[in-house]
Amino acid sequence: MAKQIVKMNLNGQEIEQLVDSRTLLVHFLREQMNLTGAHIGCETSQCGVCTVDIDGESVKSCTHLAVQCDGCEVKTVEGLAEGGVLHAVQEAFYEEHGLQCGYCTPGMLMTSYRLLQDNPNPTEDEIRIGLSGNLCRCTGYQNIVKAVKSAAVKLQQKESATA
Amino acid sequence: MIPPSFEYHRPSSVEEAVGLLSSLGSEVKILAGGHSLLPMMKLRFAEPEHLVDINRIPELKGVRVIGDDIVIGAMTSENAVIADPVLNAKVPLLPEAAKNIADPQVRNRGTIGGDIAHGDPANDHPALALACDAIMTVVGPNGTRQVPASEFFLGTYWTALEETDILTEITVKAFPQGAGYAYKKLKRKTGDWATAACAVVVALSGSSVSHIRITLTNLGPTALRAYDAESILMGQSINDDLIRQAAAKAMEICDPAEDLRGDAEYKTAMAGQMVQRAINEALAKAS
Repeated sequence: MAKQIVKMNLNGQEIEQLVDSRTLLVHFLREQMNLTGAHIGCETSQCGVCTVDIDGESVKSCTHLAVQCDGCEVKTVEGLAEGGVLHAVQEAFYEEHGLQCGYCTPGMLMTSYRLLQDNPNPTEDEIRIGLSGNLCRCTGYQNIVKAVKSAAVKLQQKESATA
Repeated sequence: MIPPSFEYHRPSSVEEAVGLLSSLGSEVKILAGGHSLLPMMKLRFAEPEHLVDINRIPELKGVRVIGDDIVIGAMTSENAVIADPVLNAKVPLLPEAAKNIADPQVRNRGTIGGDIAHGDPANDHPALALACDAIMTVVGPNGTRQVPASEFFLGTYWTALEETDILTEITVKAFPQGAGYAYKKLKRKTGDWATAACAVVVALSGSSVSHIRITLTNLGPTALRAYDAESILMGQSINDDLIRQAAAKAMEICDPAEDLRGDAEYKTAMAGQMVQRAINEALAKAS
């Protein structure tokens, strides 16, 4: 009785799904859409592993209802790579060893992706503040920050190459 | 953790939302940013039968200037408060303090109105609203009314809002010319609530204080305004001794709840420190 039809653009594809109103976005993505990139961590909007992009903003999908995404554009870590080619942010995390166990990585990637869309050339402070809602329990922050800096350079080079 | 079942409603106007609140009975909650309500629902501290999602009501978002009034839509997100040019120019305490609330992702969803309407003494906007002499605009089934911040916060999770009311706007005035301001918040980590926090707005006439507000977060059942501390400084040329006296007066009204952030004695002592730091920082900015 509490089910609703929800339409959204998910990683570039228009989808239409029947969703229980109490279903959290992260459960909808993982269990109904089989997109297990966004992880479930603290479930209390502290850790950031569930971060996805909704209409151009980073949001913690453990504290957001799937029904609230009706009509929205949602991007998950699965939507970053295009045509089998890693996104610059992914490439940079790989090259700079921006991950150890990998649990926080999808959230780190999505927050970094949005950070660089909004601020293409961030200072180290801006990167650290920008990622302050994402925890890495391996404490691999130095290389994560390096990776975001490297991704910023890559994205700017791509930008000038296509300009 | 999954919230209990509820019916989801998404009105597109305040009128429609108020109608829903009036017709759906008592087990109804407003869904703003959801970053307080959804965690409470997961823990079954709240089990509403209906959620009224007010995120798609355009009139509730953004900042407008109407004459002398700066009108902040209740559904303006913390990040929108931080970025807003009008607030940065005229009421800079609000964007500066909002940077201390939660974390970047949460600030995309969390709203100034939700922070105020929740009635949680740990939230930051209640003390900021007191410091800015904010007026709350409340719409209910019997029309619109204005409630000053000083009469809005009645107790823990208890405000002047009735169950069928919506907080629609928060109205503030521009700070006096040359006013200084500060929000000092002691917290254990990013995203935490305050162990103790203090907002100060101060304006000077020559070297003496012509306007002052000193307000406190998470140091009692509601946000507190430290009237006696203000009286010590009002009309005076401030020196370190007066600042210490004001901090001592502010500590007298503190009645914090003991929790993992510390016991009442520690929190009250930290309140004294935050008051002194906030007064000093606000004075340094005042001209």
